[in-house]
Amino acid sequence: MNKRYETIKRAKDGAFKYFGLFCTFFGLIMLAIFIGNILFEGLGRLSWDFITSYSSRLPEKAGILSALMGTVWIMVMTALLAIPGGIGAAIYLEMYAKRTRFGNIVELNIANLAGIPSIIYGLLGLEIFTYQLQMGGSLLAGAMTLALLILPIIIVATREALKAVPRSLIEASFALGATKWQTIRRTVLPAASSGIITSVIIALSRAIGEAAPLIVVGALAYVPFVPTSPTSDFTVLPIQIFNWVSRPQKAFLVNASAAIIVLLCIVFFMNAIAVYLRIKKKIKY
Amino acid sequence: MAEKLKKAEGSFKIESKDVHLYYGDFHALKGINLSMLENTVTALIGPSGCGKSTYLRLLNRMNDLIPDIQIKGQVLIDGQDIYQLKSSEIDHLRRNVGMVFQKPNPFPKSIFENVAYGLRVNGITDKSFIENQVEKTLREAALWDEVKDKLKKSAFELSGGQQQRLCIARALAIEPSIILMDEPASALDPISTGKIEDLIFQLKKDFTIIIVTHNMQQAGRVSDFTGFFYLGELIEFDKTKKIFTNPSKQETENYITGRFG
Amino acid sequence: MMLFSRVIKEKIIVSVLAFCALLTVLTTIGILYVLLSEAFVFFTEVSIVDFLTDTQWTPLFADKHFGILPLLSGTFLTSLIAISVALPIGLTIAIYLNEYAHEQFKTVIKPILELLAAVPTVVYGFFALTVVTPFLQSFFPEMAGFNSLSAGFVMGIMIIPYVSSLSDDAISAVPISLRHGSLALGASRLQTAFRVIVPSAASGIIVSVLLAISRAVGETMIVAVAAGQQPRLTLNPLVPIETITTYIVQVSMGDVPQNSLEYRTIFAAGITLFVFTFILNNIGHWFNKKYHRKYE
Repeated sequence: MNKRYETIKRAKDGAFKYFGLFCTFFGLIMLAIFIGNILFEGLGRLSWDFITSYSSRLPEKAGILSALMGTVWIMVMTALLAIPGGIGAAIYLEMYAKRTRFGNIVELNIANLAGIPSIIYGLLGLEIFTYQLQMGGSLLAGAMTLALLILPIIIVATREALKAVPRSLIEASFALGATKWQTIRRTVLPAASSGIITSVIIALSRAIGEAAPLIVVGALAYVPFVPTSPTSDFTVLPIQIFNWVSRPQKAFLVNASAAIIVLLCIVFFMNAIAVYLRIKKKIKY
Repeated sequence: MAEKLKKAEGSFKIESKDVHLYYGDFHALKGINLSMLENTVTALIGPSGCGKSTYLRLLNRMNDLIPDIQIKGQVLIDGQDIYQLKSSEIDHLRRNVGMVFQKPNPFPKSIFENVAYGLRVNGITDKSFIENQVEKTLREAALWDEVKDKLKKSAFELSGGQQQRLCIARALAIEPSIILMDEPASALDPISTGKIEDLIFQLKKDFTIIIVTHNMQQAGRVSDFTGFFYLGELIEFDKTKKIFTNPSKQETENYITGRFG
Repeated sequence: MMLFSRVIKEKIIVSVLAFCALLTVLTTIGILYVLLSEAFVFFTEVSIVDFLTDTQWTPLFADKHFGILPLLSGTFLTSLIAISVALPIGLTIAIYLNEYAHEQFKTVIKPILELLAAVPTVVYGFFALTVVTPFLQSFFPEMAGFNSLSAGFVMGIMIIPYVSSLSDDAISAVPISLRHGSLALGASRLQTAFRVIVPSAASGIIVSVLLAISRAVGETMIVAVAAGQQPRLTLNPLVPIETITTYIVQVSMGDVPQNSLEYRTIFAAGITLFVFTFILNNIGHWFNKKYHRKYE
């Protein structure tokens, strides 16, 4: 029909292909630039001393010990609180309450919870845990807040893993006279384990990156000690980074870069495990 | 035999010479030699998976969309080898070779826009031309009277048979010279099927039509020539009448008489 | 007897599991209770009309004003910038991966793209403040050190995976026959994508945008680090502003006694944030339900 139109049409199509490729890598390029910049700024600052020193007013003396230990404490406690609750809820919804009235309400509710900003969870923790239950800005208050925050993530992903367990496996177990719970514990959970572990890791990696809800709950910016019990005051890496970023001195920005390297290492390591498990599972089926 | 046909009735519109097609390791078409005359209807029959649809999709290079596919041999349309075309030139080929699919697949647009789509994507902006063309092709597809008052309505509001005729109109609008039909009536009721068959008969005047069908009676009713595919090979190709009354191959006879397939 | 104890055991287990599920409902009730009760007391002291119409937000100063509009405009502005980055890029990625790229490329690249959403947001804030702002200042010398443009831009990068993966779901759900129908008429892949595929997947794409905006509206650390703490009713992307979330963080960093008016302002801000994200999410879910089964 129209020769010129045809040429333009083909050129546009070809150009879009490269534009698509560019867009696909755009965010990743940005991330790479950023990580390069962070490494350039912060790698020199990173040392054993930096990891084993407490925070300080003097940037060159400051370290991340209390923040790092706070992050470890928070992670372990959040995991202990959220994993049983999340998996339990997922089992209940998938195996017992499917298409019941209560099940539907909970499901709708979870969909909504997943969309609530994390800082709102912070307000919940502040009012209920910090003040009404008088936990103060303790690890326990922080971990309970984060546990509630990641509960929906764990539930949704665990249900996916449970759904993927072949029906025939479950029926075989029932046929052998097992009760429902025995079937779940001995057949369904082992079969779904890698999917569940993946979901837990992803959820926890989200939790350790969170700063906002913990700040609201009352975590401190300056903590010159390592937490010793769940009732200790604490800080975490993201809050420490936030604190350093907010300072005017350039030396604190360097500290922030070094702390970001540590935080990113933890987060990427956890994500790498999750991706690895996912790929391994894909190959298995 | 092909030579004889050629001499008798003019030149070939489509010629395929020793065409092989592989999906990965699977040898789906094994040396197909098949030629079609202009303004005829050719039916391709055979059991599921015999390669007839694959062959049909070869003619507008629809198979290109499948990854890991390999094609050998020559496919000539109007004397030009379509597999020599650059991938950017396929749009040109596809404009000349219209296609109607197994299930009606109207776009989520109005009835009017469905027919106008092919014109628009090929750069035609003249409003009155488009309007005329839409009306003309809807008439050709015997759909005009049913839809002329609701051209702005969504195409999804039409019945299955109407949707399929809309898809035929859509294919006709860009004035191809060849129309490929991949079991166009398999998803339709008998009345709609009858309408489609009448339509094919009408369209023969202006187009070269190749139709894949499972329905033996349909092949017998609408086509001039019939090719029988089996396990990736073209077992027999001849005038439809000959194929259905006196096939020269045993496999063809077995299939037509319903002994397998 | 043994059978009896087995039945009891099952019953107990089911109750425990049901309680776990109930926990999520309690969370919602808790959030609503906390926000509503504190906001209720707040609104006995501050008129709701002032809250919604006053153009100043200065609860921490001597001359107190409680107009949420400046915080809302800050939130709106950063989210708008973020979605104008994330929508074109995310949608293009979804189209590219479905219509152009090889299947294998798609399988490899999707988890890598998810990485963008896995980076802690405080880290993104640092990026906005120390890399993007100085870079943009070389084009806009008048740009302030804290501004909504850098924060919004970086937030946009963060939410790319939300848009791309949800749009991808919507686009791959479009029947392949529509794609073939369009290509068979001589349309290019680009024409097919924008004239047939995107309109067919529109509801899913809208959902992805709504959920991504909701994510941006609730995002805290990026804006807290890079956008400033100056509540200001403006659409100028080059000056410091304050979002609802930043205000909550700002107050939390300080020492505000419980039961004070200042303490309640963060719940008033919180309930505003909650209402907005709740509306966005639910329009999204509603849309999804309504249009999901179009092709079945």
